[in-house]
Amino acid sequence: MFTNAKGKLFQYRNCQILRDHEIFTEDLWVRDGIILNPEKIFFDERISADYQINCKNSILAPGFIETQINGKYCAFGVDFSQEELVKNGGVDKVRKGLLEHGVTSFCPTVITSPPHVYKQILPLLKKRKGCNGGAGIVGIHVEGPFISEEKKGAHLKEFVEKFDNGIKDVIDMYGDLENIAIITLAPELKQSKQVIEDCVERGIIVSVGHSVANLVTGEEAVSNGATYITHLFNAMLPFHHRDPHLVGLLTSNRLPPNSQIFYGMIADGIHTHPAALRIAQRVNPKGIVLVTDAIQATGLPEGCYKFGTQQIEIKNNKATIAGTDTLCGSIASMDSCVRHFSKSTECGNVEALEAASFHPAQVLKISDRKGTLDFGSDADFILLTEDLHVKATFIAGELVWQKSGDVVSVISKGS
Amino acid sequence: MKLVILDKYKDVSEWAARYVRRRIIDFKPGPERYFTLGLPTGSTPLGMYQELIKLHKADKLSFKYVITFNMDEYVGLERDHPESYHSFMWNNFFKHIDIDPKNAHILDGTAANLVAECNEFERLIKEAGGIELFIGGIGPDGHIAFNEPGSSLVSRTRVKTLAQDTIEANARFFGGDVTKVPNEALTVGVGTVMDANEVMILITGAHKSFALHKAIEEGINHMWTVSAFQQHPHTIFICDEDATLELRVKTVKYFKSLMRVHNKLADDPE
Repeated sequence: MFTNAKGKLFQYRNCQILRDHEIFTEDLWVRDGIILNPEKIFFDERISADYQINCKNSILAPGFIETQINGKYCAFGVDFSQEELVKNGGVDKVRKGLLEHGVTSFCPTVITSPPHVYKQILPLLKKRKGCNGGAGIVGIHVEGPFISEEKKGAHLKEFVEKFDNGIKDVIDMYGDLENIAIITLAPELKQSKQVIEDCVERGIIVSVGHSVANLVTGEEAVSNGATYITHLFNAMLPFHHRDPHLVGLLTSNRLPPNSQIFYGMIADGIHTHPAALRIAQRVNPKGIVLVTDAIQATGLPEGCYKFGTQQIEIKNNKATIAGTDTLCGSIASMDSCVRHFSKSTECGNVEALEAASFHPAQVLKISDRKGTLDFGSDADFILLTEDLHVKATFIAGELVWQKSGDVVSVISKGS
Repeated sequence: MKLVILDKYKDVSEWAARYVRRRIIDFKPGPERYFTLGLPTGSTPLGMYQELIKLHKADKLSFKYVITFNMDEYVGLERDHPESYHSFMWNNFFKHIDIDPKNAHILDGTAANLVAECNEFERLIKEAGGIELFIGGIGPDGHIAFNEPGSSLVSRTRVKTLAQDTIEANARFFGGDVTKVPNEALTVGVGTVMDANEVMILITGAHKSFALHKAIEEGINHMWTVSAFQQHPHTIFICDEDATLELRVKTVKYFKSLMRVHNKLADDPE
């Protein structure tokens, strides 16, 4: 559709927009892919919209931002950790597939792999803007290999590494750090203070996870600059009242003043019990970030699949390594996680939507242009039903996906 | 003069909106014939704006061929300041209706040359063919727009220093800090409003009842600037019961007996 026509002014009407932590009736004004302040246009430019788009009473919310889409395998039959799949149009397949789940930006996530794999794959996952070809890539999430062997989850033990020589080992492992947005590491590893500080200095978000760290080690990591926890409760030691481990970071009073710890949550109803989801949400509602941790099998029917060297079994909406109970990522979509989160925590639509947009944008330090509908932000947004089913997805003002042809209707000026 | 007495604030808002609609529709505005409307800000007209928006949303009223001129604006307050009258008009009225932005005029209190800005405003009103209907509210001291007590009754659009009472009354909009309230404003003059074909004044609440008494039951006096409209051929005051508390029983009874006639003025057009 023409909704990105250059220099034209678009007024999205008849919608309930999410702004300033509230959902209310308001129009959204967009020109050249940016959300504008209509009051300034009215009094300074004295013009009206070229096109009015009737959103038919949809909720209009910021596009979802997915900070962890991976597993050993990755969504839509593509594994970001396997070179041949990434090379053969796999990235674009995922980018495109994410649009219908309302995802406008994401971090392709590469799990624990041998060094040569990172050097082949990371250059193929460069940052790029979203468009009608698919969601934008805001940087790679490297989940491993600097993790705990004990809490490796579905990652392969033989590739787990240490960084005894500090950041040098990190650079030797990944090659170029340029496209890395997030690194998940186990903070109990030797030299972690130096590695965390060096990563933060390079603008990389440090997330603690796949770890056996106790709370004190977790607090030190946060003091050193870590700001994120990778899939809370999963692949870490459980909450214990005498040592709450990393889970205790949610209520720690030993974090730097005015800091906000963020934590990823796989709200697919399988990785985390609804009661645990509620505990996290109630004690630290501003830090929750919904992630899918989606794997290659997303969207496939039940059965056994051979991906890479491992057999995966899909049954009852769960993906496990065949013959074991080890979960190996979810097969959930972002929008279903948002619905599940909203329903099981009764947090309401605002918090559910912000947990998949504003909060991940804050994690990635891009909330000045993504994750909100503030004036000056990129016009990456979605239209949803009252019960949070995605109806249409827009990137930089362009309609890039719609469920059916009648989601919106357009009136042009003068007609 | 007409005085329309209604029960509550809500009734005043509804009646005023229906009256404005009726006036616009009867005028039959079009591309060659614009209806010019003078507009106030403040808590009194807010309900009327909400009713006008409802009428617009119900497809019963269009502002496509309406030109508006606002009465006043603070000096030195940025347009997008939440307490500026630009912001008030945008948030409470303009963004909800179909007016062409080119036709909405508000004095620019940040203009480099304030006198020139005021003269230009007068010129624009003249160019638009004068104002058909000027809507206003009044302060408890009987001021209309920012024509504070003592203003000339033949004044034109100009820079005006605000009375201390007005500054203190407005401090509640600036975090209770009197020093943050601008102490000057640009305002149309009493004479500017007098030139309109018709003037409609909204008055609600017991705290305005003495001003209403001064406006209509005593002589014309520049200390109660709204009293000037006793000499206007078409003035309509719309008030609630509370605002009549200081009026004579005779006055109230007389105008109430006319309500049957006055109500027809706000009826749907044939």
